[in-house]
Amino acid sequence: MKDRDTILKRVRDGLAETPERTPYPEYDPACAVMRQPHEFSSLWELFAWRMKSVNGVPLHGWNALGDFLRERALKFGYCDPEYTEAIAAVCGSLDITERFDRNDLDRYEFGITAAAGAIAETGTIVLTDAATRPRLAALAPWIHIAILQEDDIWPDSPTALKRLGDDPSVIWVTGPSKTADVEGILIEGVHGPGVQVCCVV
Amino acid sequence: MKSTKAYPTRQPVDRYASDLSPSVQESVYNASKLKTEARVDALQRDFADPDANRRLAGAIKQHTLDHLDTYLEQAESSLRENGAAVHWASDAESANQIILGIMQRNDCRRMVKSKSMVSEETELVPFLEKNGMEAVETDLGEYIVQIDHDHPSHIVTPIIHKNRQEIARSFEREGLGAYDDDPTVITRRARDYLRSKYLEADVGLTGANFVSAESGRIVLVTNEGNARFSMAAPRIHIALVGIEKLVPKDRDLSLFLSLLARSATAQCLTVYTQFIGGPRHRTQRDGPEKMHVVFLDNRRTEVLSGDCRKILRCIRCGACMNVCPVYRQASGHAYRGVYPGPVGAVLSPLLKGKEFPELADLPKASSLCGACNEVCPVDIPIPELLLRLRNRAKHEHVSLAARGTPSMGIWARAASSPGAWKTALSAGRLLNVVPHGFLNLSSPARAWQSSRKLPPFRGGAFRKWMRERNPPKNGVPSPDRKSEPDS
Ligand code: SF4
Repeated sequence: MKDRDTILKRVRDGLAETPERTPYPEYDPACAVMRQPHEFSSLWELFAWRMKSVNGVPLHGWNALGDFLRERALKFGYCDPEYTEAIAAVCGSLDITERFDRNDLDRYEFGITAAAGAIAETGTIVLTDAATRPRLAALAPWIHIAILQEDDIWPDSPTALKRLGDDPSVIWVTGPSKTADVEGILIEGVHGPGVQVCCVV
Repeated sequence: MKSTKAYPTRQPVDRYASDLSPSVQESVYNASKLKTEARVDALQRDFADPDANRRLAGAIKQHTLDHLDTYLEQAESSLRENGAAVHWASDAESANQIILGIMQRNDCRRMVKSKSMVSEETELVPFLEKNGMEAVETDLGEYIVQIDHDHPSHIVTPIIHKNRQEIARSFEREGLGAYDDDPTVITRRARDYLRSKYLEADVGLTGANFVSAESGRIVLVTNEGNARFSMAAPRIHIALVGIEKLVPKDRDLSLFLSLLARSATAQCLTVYTQFIGGPRHRTQRDGPEKMHVVFLDNRRTEVLSGDCRKILRCIRCGACMNVCPVYRQASGHAYRGVYPGPVGAVLSPLLKGKEFPELADLPKASSLCGACNEVCPVDIPIPELLLRLRNRAKHEHVSLAARGTPSMGIWARAASSPGAWKTALSAGRLLNVVPHGFLNLSSPARAWQSSRKLPPFRGGAFRKWMRERNPPKNGVPSPDRKSEPDS
């Protein structure tokens, strides 16, 4: 408590001499929305184009996801209970589990969880604590597959900020985990997924 | 320190520059140059008037600083509403004690750390280790800095001064596998090793890129995902935050995030942007049960009351160091503080308080070319602030700052007259090609010049755009014109 009062007093004293305090500027947050190189016929089109540009994998429909899982010859992974039936229907050969064991992180080739939304402007997937469960299943496996309802693609980041709601952990994901710390060379898959998929259903 | 003898009048920054191995100098020069070019491309491509956004962001930050008392109290109550405990630390020692106390009360022994410059300022890791705790850096670059007992040389890319061979040797020494300098192998090894650390840890410590006073949300950006992991495995989250990190409202975040990502790494958005509004959701299995936020002063209030308040707008993007000819030559360690480059030349001496003279030479380690101001996403007039600090050093008769620099008069005149400024800018280039003997330089000026090879000046783009574009939109108050040397 002592430090709190000291700091706030120092701040007040420090500001006392300010002749003119800068007002909060009136502005439209749309000024931070980037322009796109050309027109897109739908939010999905823009989202998919943007997501590809950051090395993400956008898929449309369960069948496309089934093809993806087969092409990669995936065998075992976690799936949110909400989607196990749909996954089994398009890729019967998979061994999927609804349990994610934190002590065996590297056994899971992929994690399939829900996304709460997406930002078309930047090709970003929005994860929330309430929708994306458990946190580690969307983070630890090499491949993360986010399942998104097409209606939940929002146009831009100011819109997404308005939808933060009261969730304690909203995460915007723009492409796979990456670093350029070593000699500026781009490497994907540092601590998080090396492959980031979003399947719109 | 061989060169100290040869050039007795030179500044410490120059000595660092000439003592750097060619490979370090090359790493730093190439990486920072590439980043500057990518940044300009990204902004120009994506926005009709990137300069207006920069000035707008500067005005929002300035407004926040000018009303910091109100916003701090608002942030405190929003954070509490979110279920976070709020602590206040007037200095580094008190911040470290608070964090140690939280760990002890909760029976914690192990911490995983996401990148945080503020924790470098308080020297948190050595403090915790001395008190029997384990603290592991999880950002790849910071991890390498930690195992090498080194210091970060850049605020965004901490190991910009190392090449892959050095890193591979360190990994071999640490028992992470046989020598292999393939960056992919290096990264995979760090991934595997650090996973075990996340799972063992009781506490995840992060900084904050922004805190929204309105909602109490802590905003964090990382590309690697280490901050996510630090908040998915451990049961306690501690955020150590400088009091200047506030922004008024959630709606301000898209502007700041878009500028930060482009200025730091030329991305449209950083890979992971986290908005943290408290401990985990009741339906969530992973993640912290408790959240603590520590607000740190550590002389920021002193800076706030002085004539360099604008430096507190800084959002730590690193663009000013990437563009700075002196940084490119000297690398980050020459600045001998937590914050290198132009921002560090202003901030580090100020954060020293009474020991200001120790770093009083830093404000002189600049050619005042103005490039740092032009790239700064919050429009900080760094050259103007450097001049104020030079003045302060002069008034306080600080000998270190007076050593080996061309007389103040030249700089003062150049900076206050547009014509002289432009001449100085192009002369900065000329100095590289004209044989030194032809230049009638005073001996300090020659010593100053002998170790500097200025890259071609790449600034000016923003000034050009500004002239070519329409007048500022969005009702942004006009910026402090004094800071524009050629206006
Ligand atoms: S002073 Fe400006 S350019 Fe430099 S790190 Fe801070 S925000 Fe970035």
